Amino acid sequence: MTTTKLDPQVALAELQESKPQRVTLVVLSGEMDRVMAAFIIATGAAAMGMQVTMFFTFWGLNAIRREGMRGGAKDWLRRMFGYLNKGGADSLPLSRFHFWGLGTRMMKLVMKQNRMPGIAELREMALDLGVRFIACTTTLGLMGITKDTLIDEVDQFAGVSTYLAEARESQVNLFI
Amino acid sequence: MAIHYDVKLDTLGLFCPMPIIKTSKKIKELAVGQVLEVVSDDEGIKKDMPAWCETTGHAFLGLEEEPNGSAIHYKTYVKKTK
Repeated sequence: MTTTKLDPQVALAELQESKPQRVTLVVLSGEMDRVMAAFIIATGAAAMGMQVTMFFTFWGLNAIRREGMRGGAKDWLRRMFGYLNKGGADSLPLSRFHFWGLGTRMMKLVMKQNRMPGIAELREMALDLGVRFIACTTTLGLMGITKDTLIDEVDQFAGVSTYLAEARESQVNLFI
Repeated sequence: MAIHYDVKLDTLGLFCPMPIIKTSKKIKELAVGQVLEVVSDDEGIKKDMPAWCETTGHAFLGLEEEPNGSAIHYKTYVKKTK
């Protein structure tokens, strides 16, 4: 924080001048290709000097769950749901051509052969570039996912108002 | 005519968004006024680098295409302005 005696008007102008552009992404999908697109946009925007916030909700939460995590909820219904819904950056299926895992494995192989970063690496890169991750609390509860099964780097646990407060300040706002 | 550069960044074999991410990190190591050469074989760089410069405020100096076997190496030049 600066405590210099600047003319308030000048300081404000300076602040507006240096104010970074903001990007807000809602990640609802939990498929590898869609999440990959989300992370590519996020990292690209961060590299362009923009301030990026990603809101993870519903299936998108699987992208920020620790690898192989299943559920964690107390009651049996949600525990079963959480068990069937396997999480982790490496466990995301393709939105098309998944073929019980075969298509996704082939795609991952091609990506590896071409030295393309996978979801986990893109996620790491996003965090490294200062992208903020926010997890939706309502859907966490709904899907039987507990906070302790998410990656440690989740910045906030919040709801729709937090998203909207950020989105209204954003120049780019996407729903993926 | 070759453009003079101070620092070179090799991003050959890397796809979007890697060249841009590496550029954004590398540019921090340069002094204001120095020129960075970014070599890439991803054609998208032809449009992406000028766009990156426009957003970040650094100066885009130009592009050179150099055939290399079956591939083309795209050399882009960015001058650090701030």
